[in-house]
Amino acid sequence: MTDTLTIEINGRACEASPGEMIIAVADREGISIPRFCYHKKLSIAANCRMCLVEAEQGGRPFPKPVPACATPVFPGMKVQTRSPKAIEAQRSVMEFLLINHPLDCPICDQGGECELQDVAMGYGADCSRFTEGKRVVMDEDLGPLIATDMTRCIQCTRCVRFGAEIAGLRELGGTGRGEWMRIGTYVDHPLTHELSGNIIDLCPVGALTAKPSRFTARAWELTARDGIAPHDGVGSNLRLHVRRGQVMRVHPRDNETVNETWLSDRDRFSYVGLNGADRLTEPLVKREGRWVAVEWTEALTLVAERLKAADAHATGWLIAPNATLEEMYLAQGIARGLGCPNIDHRLRQRDFRGEGADPRLPWLGVSIPELQSQESVLLIGSDIRAEHPLLAHRLRQAVLADGSLTLVNPARVDLTHPATQLAQGPAGMVGELAAIAAALGASGFGILRNVIAGVKPSAEHQAIAASLRSAGGNDIGLILLGALAAAHPDYTLLKALAYVIAGFTRCKVGYLPAAANSVGAALAGALPGVLPGGEPAARRGLPVSDILAAPCRTVVLWGLEPDLDLGNPRLAMDALAQADFVVAASAFRSESLESVADVLLPIGAFAETSGTFVNAAGTWQSFQGAVPPPGSARPGWKILRVLGNLLDLQGFEYRDTAEIRTELATQCAAAPLDNTPVAELGVAPLGVGEGLVRLGDVPPYAIDPLVRRCGPLQRTAGLATIGVWLNAAQAADLGLAAGDVVEVSQDGPVVRTRVLIDQRVPFGCARIPAGVPGSETLGDQFAPISIVKAE
Amino acid sequence: MSFRDAPLAVIRDRDQATLLTPEIRAAIDSHVAKYPGEWKQSAVMPALALVQESNGGWLSRELMDEVAAYLDMPEVAVYEVATFYGMYDLKPTAPHKVCICNSISCMLNGSEDLIHHVEYKYRVKPGEISADGRFTFKEVECLGACRDAPAVLIGKTYHEKLSAAALDTLIEGLE
Amino acid sequence: MALNQQQNTVCLRTLHLPADERCTLAAYRRLGGYAQWERILRDKVDPSTVIEELKLSNLRGRGGAGFPTGLKWSFMPRNAPGQKYIICNSDEGEPGTCKDRDILRFNPHQVVEGMAIAGYCIGATVGYNYIRGEFFEPIACFEGALQEAYAAGLLGRDIQGSGVDFDLYTHAGAGAYVCGEETALIESIEGKKGQPRYKPPFPAQCGLYGRPTTINNTETLASVPVILERGGQWFLDQGRPNNGGTKLFSISGHVNNPCNVEVSLGTPFRDLLAMAGGVKDGRALKAVIPGGSSVPVVPGDLMMETDMDYDSITKVGSMLGSGAVIVIAEGTCMVKVLANLSNFYMRESCGQCTPCREGTGWLARVVGRIAAGQGRPADLDLLESVAGRIGGRTICALGDAAAMPVQSFLKHYRDEFVQLIERGASHAA
Ligand SMILES: Cc1cc2nc3c(=O)[nH]c(=O)nc-3n(C[C@H](O)[C@H](O)[C@H](O)COP(=O)(O)O)c2cc1C
Ligand code: SF4
Ligand code: FES
Repeated sequence: MTDTLTIEINGRACEASPGEMIIAVADREGISIPRFCYHKKLSIAANCRMCLVEAEQGGRPFPKPVPACATPVFPGMKVQTRSPKAIEAQRSVMEFLLINHPLDCPICDQGGECELQDVAMGYGADCSRFTEGKRVVMDEDLGPLIATDMTRCIQCTRCVRFGAEIAGLRELGGTGRGEWMRIGTYVDHPLTHELSGNIIDLCPVGALTAKPSRFTARAWELTARDGIAPHDGVGSNLRLHVRRGQVMRVHPRDNETVNETWLSDRDRFSYVGLNGADRLTEPLVKREGRWVAVEWTEALTLVAERLKAADAHATGWLIAPNATLEEMYLAQGIARGLGCPNIDHRLRQRDFRGEGADPRLPWLGVSIPELQSQESVLLIGSDIRAEHPLLAHRLRQAVLADGSLTLVNPARVDLTHPATQLAQGPAGMVGELAAIAAALGASGFGILRNVIAGVKPSAEHQAIAASLRSAGGNDIGLILLGALAAAHPDYTLLKALAYVIAGFTRCKVGYLPAAANSVGAALAGALPGVLPGGEPAARRGLPVSDILAAPCRTVVLWGLEPDLDLGNPRLAMDALAQADFVVAASAFRSESLESVADVLLPIGAFAETSGTFVNAAGTWQSFQGAVPPPGSARPGWKILRVLGNLLDLQGFEYRDTAEIRTELATQCAAAPLDNTPVAELGVAPLGVGEGLVRLGDVPPYAIDPLVRRCGPLQRTAGLATIGVWLNAAQAADLGLAAGDVVEVSQDGPVVRTRVLIDQRVPFGCARIPAGVPGSETLGDQFAPISIVKAE
Repeated sequence: MSFRDAPLAVIRDRDQATLLTPEIRAAIDSHVAKYPGEWKQSAVMPALALVQESNGGWLSRELMDEVAAYLDMPEVAVYEVATFYGMYDLKPTAPHKVCICNSISCMLNGSEDLIHHVEYKYRVKPGEISADGRFTFKEVECLGACRDAPAVLIGKTYHEKLSAAALDTLIEGLE
Repeated sequence: MALNQQQNTVCLRTLHLPADERCTLAAYRRLGGYAQWERILRDKVDPSTVIEELKLSNLRGRGGAGFPTGLKWSFMPRNAPGQKYIICNSDEGEPGTCKDRDILRFNPHQVVEGMAIAGYCIGATVGYNYIRGEFFEPIACFEGALQEAYAAGLLGRDIQGSGVDFDLYTHAGAGAYVCGEETALIESIEGKKGQPRYKPPFPAQCGLYGRPTTINNTETLASVPVILERGGQWFLDQGRPNNGGTKLFSISGHVNNPCNVEVSLGTPFRDLLAMAGGVKDGRALKAVIPGGSSVPVVPGDLMMETDMDYDSITKVGSMLGSGAVIVIAEGTCMVKVLANLSNFYMRESCGQCTPCREGTGWLARVVGRIAAGQGRPADLDLLESVAGRIGGRTICALGDAAAMPVQSFLKHYRDEFVQLIERGASHAA
């Protein structure tokens, strides 16, 4: 009958829901109860015993103190958290916790922000009565991200539960019994999960600390600035800890609708890349083949002159999808102001045949928390854990809540939960989707009719179809297109089939953004066919593929490295080499930029500029610069503003990013995000090509210039290296074995690398990652490839 | 999901038909059959016991990993079990194990003397292999044979009310 | 000795048979075994009548806590849909206790029958007997009984055409005292470390595999068929009001003839001691731990005036526990005895609760230090305080079990501790 009940804590009446634990009610009411093992996002362990309180029910006191974290509320319950009995119990537990804990706070990295230290202070530990020898525990090497000091461990098991419950990968455990219980991997090995870093935050003491920032600063020397993560489309909320103009470390900031309390390792550690030696710190101009440092005015005047003089229709603007909303808006403003409609941020997309029909403002299709309540999800072309670790976490929760997940991918991916994986190479993706469509009884129209008629659905396709249909009927079914779909030569067909399936199942369609501001890019008009606010452009410009294929005479590169961030790096580098004038705005120096560009403009990277990212779910999240850019580098929006002024363009008078944001927001007000295509999609299949096909996925730590420069991430299992991954049968077929050196080429220069065996790669395919050093001279991500054993 | 209510099944690429031996797999399967289908991990204790026995009395990391793979368990979950229970040995043992109870009823009836006798005569510390390599010596907690104190477990057999001399005879009899 | 006492009539009722016959189905049948199970199957006896009979008998849990069994069974949501489980706790690890081993070796069919009846009453079609791993012989006896029972159509699907299913399996432990705690035992069957679960939820709501589960001690379950055969009133009459029935006592330590005897609850300790042949070598009785190592120690003279039932032992400040009577003769150093007990709890703590993990080690080290002559005057207050800070603050009762011996030894034998400390101090000087 009633959904709430009332209990009393310290004499204060508190509302609670049945089944809730005392500690949750107290937390909501701001009544502090000390705790170590309890964490709101983890299952209850009730083992630290720190949260003992006194309670009574129906006038009868419980005979013993009860743990607030594991005692459910009952109507009329009375709780005392600070009564003499409660305090005595809490003090006792504190004493036990400290007897074997080293009192090395002065040299502990957690010092100053240690839950144990805080609580110990609160309980004024009497001078130690424990005179026996203290326990010493051997440390383990958990890899480049997490430092251990296991003697400090208080066995709260938060890190163990995190692995089992959130990551879905139990890498840590508690081995041994009693006093001899040890938290660790038991057999020394680095943690591999992409969310591992969260155990640093979970650990209430200094047993698990961040290796990259260890011993670099004390908590009280740091100032905290809010930020938004610049990599994937989640837009995790961050707290950047800064000392003397340098980001020293990054923590998550709670936001239930975005990252909850978590952070992916990529978002947590990539800041290390900011402090690399190859930052671009002054404007450079190439004179007679040599780079010369110049003043800003000189560099920008030169750029303005060349842009103005250039043929606007043979000019192209390529903008990184993690540029800020403000940078994108100003950039397209300048391009369009000069009459150039060729502006794009979809750097790895290859098939633009459906452009005319594409939704103008594509997005995830649901809010991030809603992912968790989907009954059935069809994921097309996505290594979701690599692309969006925290969306993978949400989908995992959906599966654990009895949802089902189907993946149609070129190769099988690693997941930490059950899922149906259809993985028959890139070419197979079209067939699999067609078969699901056929199982739904779809016949399609136009060219799709042939595609669908050409397949026979299996029982598995029927089951997937049924699951999507049931979910769609309940309005909790979703079809998502990811990065591997976008890089596919038949992306248009994949989209068309996704919409056919959606039509028959009433599932929603969503797009997994390529990067932190892909959704923002569409809103800002960083697209050849879309103006700010989603207005269709009167005259459609060239998409990225045509800008490079044409090739344009004048090119602006904003925040990217052309040999690593574009779908076909060989083509891109050739095109840029042929251009008359290339200007690159970048936070980093790089060989490829230096070889193709004529001017290099140093811009502020992540954390060095204010701005806005619009995340996958369409949430606008603005941030301030936390640290100044190095040297004479400047925030990108300021450079574009000055450039606009030098070009005498209207309206480039903004004083700050907030003004730019406000102006754009007004234009976007009438344009909700919408995944409905504006016309019929549907084109003839192109196919991937004959023979052995390359699968060129982008490893998680290769996706942008900043992560590629983060040493600690590059030393983990998600590292970005070249190689040829083949399944054993395929390798045998080619006469190759693991470790063999091979020569790889895609109609171009030969790359030497090694063979690795990976059973997830289907026969007929060779996984050769993109975006990694060594891949610069290769072509499209999915295309025929030749592999020969090196002599 | 609570870590407690559901098994954390890990699916691996390893071909289960190549793990352990066919006999051990069959024996493990007969235990797996006792538990609900999704709770294969319930068979981890008998599986470890079988594997330990076939490996001369101890569990190597490789064998624990094979058990994990066979039962679709995370490796560390198997290490947790193997290190928690006293009957699993994680370093090489001798062909025989001599386990003397050190708990109260046996202590009151002279198990301390028995323990010292073995330590001295066979030059061995608890948890280690006797100098002649014939047996691993373990001090164990109450064996549940208190009315037969002092009790000693050798292999799978209880020996009761043992004097030092009687124990010597038993040890001499181990081949 | 009161010879009118019923002896070995319930759980050990096969004891008088020749050793090679005792545990066979034929022998058990001859004594009337499985008649109750077959009657229940045949007559579709209403579970609530069985439970009423148990309540009348006043059978209290023999695993240590003494919780009324009929009441425990009635907590099960027997008609709720879904799987439910009955578990027999044959982990027998409490120092001093060795009775379940004999039941399994000498009368395993009675455990099978008791579990089948329990399963029927609580709506469980699957049962597990968790037997400690060191019990190779009892495990073999029980497995043998299971095979016979299956072959005779007493277990399995649609037993004897009744439509009732009951499958019974053995699960062997591997050496951990704490697995005798019922929720640790559940974790252990689930293939994990045996770490007790916090309660609520209790096993009757959420037990094995998250399903409603009842756990009883071997002796408790083995008593059930006889109670049904001879009636709850008969069983009650064997003992005393609120202390119904007979009970197995394991008498160990300093006695001439350590043994297990099954006698009426309420039997004077004096008689029990006599059955065990009196104190070893004619020494005087110093102290008795009357219910397994976890319960408080009682001075010998007090014990000599006490009867062996739940209520009488509570009156002398201890507990009947598992019925393990540990006899300590004059001349024994009580500090050494406590050091032994404290070491046991330190080594057997599962390690999850802070007070138990840290406190048992602390206690053991301080007691060990005193026993080695390195005690300090402040140590006794320290021990009392540390023990007091463990008790009642942990997930399971192992914490209390570690604290109670310390508290009771200090209460009754403080002078021995003081002496050792003083002597130690003078040695040092
Ligand atoms: C540390 C600890 C060890 C225990 N060991 C045993 C045991 O070995 N055998 C047993 O039957 N009960 C043991 N118990 C008691 C069980 O938790 C449980 O109360 C009992 O099995 C219930 O059965 P009963 O009601 O038939 O006595 C133990 C309890 C604790 C706290
Ligand atoms: S009291 Fe001891 S044995 Fe019991 S759960 Fe806590 S730590 Fe484990
Ligand atoms: S927070 Fe409640 S026991 Fe740890």
